[in-house]
Amino acid sequence: MGRLEPGIHAGRLSPAEYEKNFSELHPVFSDHEALVASDRCYFCYDAPCMTACPTSIDVPLFIRQISTGNAIGAAKTIFDQNIMGGMCARVCPTETLCEQACVRNTAEERPVEIGRLQRYATDKAMGAGKQFYTRPASNGKSVGVVGAGPAGLAAAHRLAMHGFNVMVYDHREKAGGLNEYGIATYKATDDIAQKEADYILSVGGIDVLDGEMLGRDFTLADLKAKHDAVFLGIGLGGVNALTVEGTHEFGVVDAVEFIANLRQAETKSDVPVGRRVVVIGGGMTAVDAAVQAKLLGAEEVTMCYRRGQEHMNASLYEQELAASKGVLIRHWLAPKAVLSHSGHVTGITMAYTHLENGLLKETGHTVDIACDQILTAIGQTLDIAGLDTIRIEKGKIVIDEEGRTSVAGVWAGGDCATGGEDLTVSAVAMGRDAAMSIIKALA
Amino acid sequence: MADIRNNFVGIKSPNPFWLASAPPTDKAYNVERAYAAGWGGVVWKTLGEEGPPVVNVNGPRYGAIWGADRRLLGLNNIELITDRPLQVNLQEMKAVKKKWRDRALIASIMVPCEEEAWKAILPLVEETEADGIELNFGCPHGMSERGMGAAVGQVPEYVEMVVRWCKQYTRMPVITKLTPNVTDVRRPARAAKNGGTDAVSLINTINSITGVDLDTCSPTPSIDGKGTHGGYCGPAVKPIALNMVAEIARDSETYGLPISGIGGVTTWRDAAEFLMLGAGNVQVCTAAMTYGFKIVQEMITGLEAWMDEKGYATLDDFRGKAVPNVTDWQYLNLNYIAKAHIDQDACIKCGRCHIACEDTSHQAITNMVNGVRHFEVIEEECVACNLCIDVCPVESCITMVEKQPGEIDKRTGKVVSAEYANWTTHPNNPMAKVAAE
Ligand SMILES: Cc1cc2nc3c(=O)[nH]c(=O)nc-3n(C[C@H](O)[C@H](O)[C@H](O)COP(=O)(O)OP(=O)(O)OC[C@H]3O[C@@H](n4cnc5c(N)ncnc54)[C@H](O)[C@@H]3O)c2cc1C
Ligand SMILES: Cc1cc2nc3c(=O)[nH]c(=O)nc-3n(C[C@H](O)[C@H](O)[C@H](O)COP(=O)(O)O)c2cc1C
Ligand code: SF4
Ligand code: SF4
Ligand code: SF4
Repeated sequence: MGRLEPGIHAGRLSPAEYEKNFSELHPVFSDHEALVASDRCYFCYDAPCMTACPTSIDVPLFIRQISTGNAIGAAKTIFDQNIMGGMCARVCPTETLCEQACVRNTAEERPVEIGRLQRYATDKAMGAGKQFYTRPASNGKSVGVVGAGPAGLAAAHRLAMHGFNVMVYDHREKAGGLNEYGIATYKATDDIAQKEADYILSVGGIDVLDGEMLGRDFTLADLKAKHDAVFLGIGLGGVNALTVEGTHEFGVVDAVEFIANLRQAETKSDVPVGRRVVVIGGGMTAVDAAVQAKLLGAEEVTMCYRRGQEHMNASLYEQELAASKGVLIRHWLAPKAVLSHSGHVTGITMAYTHLENGLLKETGHTVDIACDQILTAIGQTLDIAGLDTIRIEKGKIVIDEEGRTSVAGVWAGGDCATGGEDLTVSAVAMGRDAAMSIIKALA
Repeated sequence: MADIRNNFVGIKSPNPFWLASAPPTDKAYNVERAYAAGWGGVVWKTLGEEGPPVVNVNGPRYGAIWGADRRLLGLNNIELITDRPLQVNLQEMKAVKKKWRDRALIASIMVPCEEEAWKAILPLVEETEADGIELNFGCPHGMSERGMGAAVGQVPEYVEMVVRWCKQYTRMPVITKLTPNVTDVRRPARAAKNGGTDAVSLINTINSITGVDLDTCSPTPSIDGKGTHGGYCGPAVKPIALNMVAEIARDSETYGLPISGIGGVTTWRDAAEFLMLGAGNVQVCTAAMTYGFKIVQEMITGLEAWMDEKGYATLDDFRGKAVPNVTDWQYLNLNYIAKAHIDQDACIKCGRCHIACEDTSHQAITNMVNGVRHFEVIEEECVACNLCIDVCPVESCITMVEKQPGEIDKRTGKVVSAEYANWTTHPNNPMAKVAAE
């Protein structure tokens, strides 16, 4: 077995290479680095970075606190708005959020490193086991939360802080949602998703029931009967399947599942990957799958997107990261047919595309790309089992500005609901805000 | 959680952070925004006599010095006292105090050095229900040319006289604000105490010219081609203010006199330092003028966090704790021996310590060892002056290591003594007091 073995195999690299590849992308700042970085913040009035943060963290204040040696106080400023400030510091596409808005860009094209400073402060507080919130005596009211992802945990924490008894249902074994099963390995090292979930749950008053699935083990009506209010934070459980010929062949894998397996693997050398891999899609999931396939030792990874670079959902930063890891990104290519031999993928035929009067059309030309594994990342979908009559539009649960669904007593937030940005940070914001609405409604 | 409530000469505020008398406290609009942002108290912009108010210049009234990244390090101003009518200020003060009962509101006053002038204004101020008054004996420009401000503060006899009038004509606590533009700040402080002041506050601004425009040949800020000295404040003046506060705190004549510490307070740490040197609270001007009122949130949370970490439950638990440790040079322990030590793992080999020591100090740091660039302290030469630490760009890379009694000081070849010995008994001191046989 070697690194160039054709087909899909584990153990393509040396242990040292695995270790290096899956270590942290951006290590935490040292004290000195944090001081220097924080010194660049202007403490702007009505700070644009704060407006750009979906959870509205008071960025100037927390950075100022770091600069005066009060990292723990900085962490509290962060957690007051975003209890998942630790994970967000690692996974937020800051280049399109706070750091894009930073006024330093205008003068120097180099923003204050807000994400890394946030990481510095939250690591200090969590490392010191510092808890900022205490739960008051129970108010006797109970809320059922479905989904232990960012939205569900943020809602649960806020509710517990206000004295509610919270029951969180999740069909998976571990809490954290995509923090645990989806985020790229090199962004969430050192079991941070579980540590963070434990940190959040330690406020008290929250019970997590794993292996409990809405639509399979209980219904929405059951929940409504049992609790005073219900919050749905179920994310997007389904995926869009590739609808071309040959997708049943061995080697066609859903990218989300590929990443989840990788995240859960104790040793990365056990995770099989093709020698040549094609990733279909142009979003964050596609980039993460492509980069991690490369890090697992694939010789060639090609990401194919059916539109142009300017249409890609993955940020420029993510695209550059992929390129720097050796991923080839090709545009204007749509999947046409999976090629195979004896039931195993050998390649994929891609059709060239272009825009005709604003519509995406195939040009009639095709290209075959040889590969032994195809990772599909063409979108996740809402799993509607158990949602009863709740109003759904364009594949998302419809909510109002407070997070209320069409069913009285039921709130929703995160990826499963309308109005978010399919990011960890927006899921946290939606969970938190729905909790505040529940608190108000049950007052 | 630490309790940072403040009681300064009976004036209560939810925290020890007051805004100093200056533009941030010039009118109800600012003051209410300050209270809303969390400030514990304000000293209203200095009031003058009834009648036509003073006028300010209509050109630039501030000058500054900055770090390379435009961080404001020192601010200079030529602003006078309030330029709004006395009655307007008084009405606003009264209304604001009524609305913000839990916050401190102090009236700053500067009127001519005549008994009648003070006698006239004090009842008007009392009417506002302000918590106390501050006598502005500090303003170093403009007002001093008219015999007020620093012109009073520089003459201890005048200070004592005016304080005495005030104590006579009002029941409000009197805080005397001192000018740093004197040779020995203890003298006006003693005078204020003798006059019966309840407290002193310091420092007001320092005479300064921030720069000279080399094209127009005029000092800056320049008004129609001419400039004048202004009052310096901001981070740059903190060391001067700390010393003056300490001088008063440890002076036997003024020991225990409440002090409101002012000068360069920008972070919680600055405030904690003033309090440790004996201040009962702090006043802030430049930090608010640079960053806005919200900056107080950093000060409050930072002070609380530090107190929690140290186990200080209230401000009194650490207030004045550094005062006994401020002493005269002659009492410093000459048997205390330390040597600089460079952490080779932290050293980035910039060579600054070497050249500072080589060119300007004691030639006690190598630059080359066995043909390799290497910076190491030569203990035989090191006098522990601290210069290398001050110029090293890496924090904690160079540290001062105390020699333990019994060890040899390689510079002098002598055994380090455990005994305390200072200059007053040193053999080289011609005035040495030899202990009686
Ligand atoms: C591969 C990948 C990479 C990503 N990378 C980033 C990134 O770098 N940065 C970023 O900001 N965002 C990223 N995202 C998006 C981000 O992970 C999501 O926006 C976020 O996790 C949404 O949170 P959520 O709580 O709404 O849903 P989820 O995290 O999906 O959590 C939903 C939870 O509900 C549970 N659940 C679902 N259905 C049921 C049911 N019927 N009964 C009981 N429990 C149920 C699930 O098990 C899960 O635990 C990525 C997403 C993917 C897929
Ligand atoms: C523009 C300006 C105006 C000031 N006006 C007054 C004043 O009217 N009365 C007064 O007592 N002090 C006045 N001061 C001095 C401040 O109250 C304070 O003593 C000084 O600025 C030092 O504090 P800081 O370093 O926090 O600014 C003024 C300071 C500035 C910058
Ligand atoms: S925009 Fe940039 S400089 Fe301004 S407060 Fe935010 S991080 Fe600081
Ligand atoms: S700070 Fe405001 S008042 Fe002062 S010069 Fe600038 S714009 Fe004018
Ligand atoms: S100044 Fe500091 S970093 Fe530079 S050579 Fe000396 S010890 Fe090393």
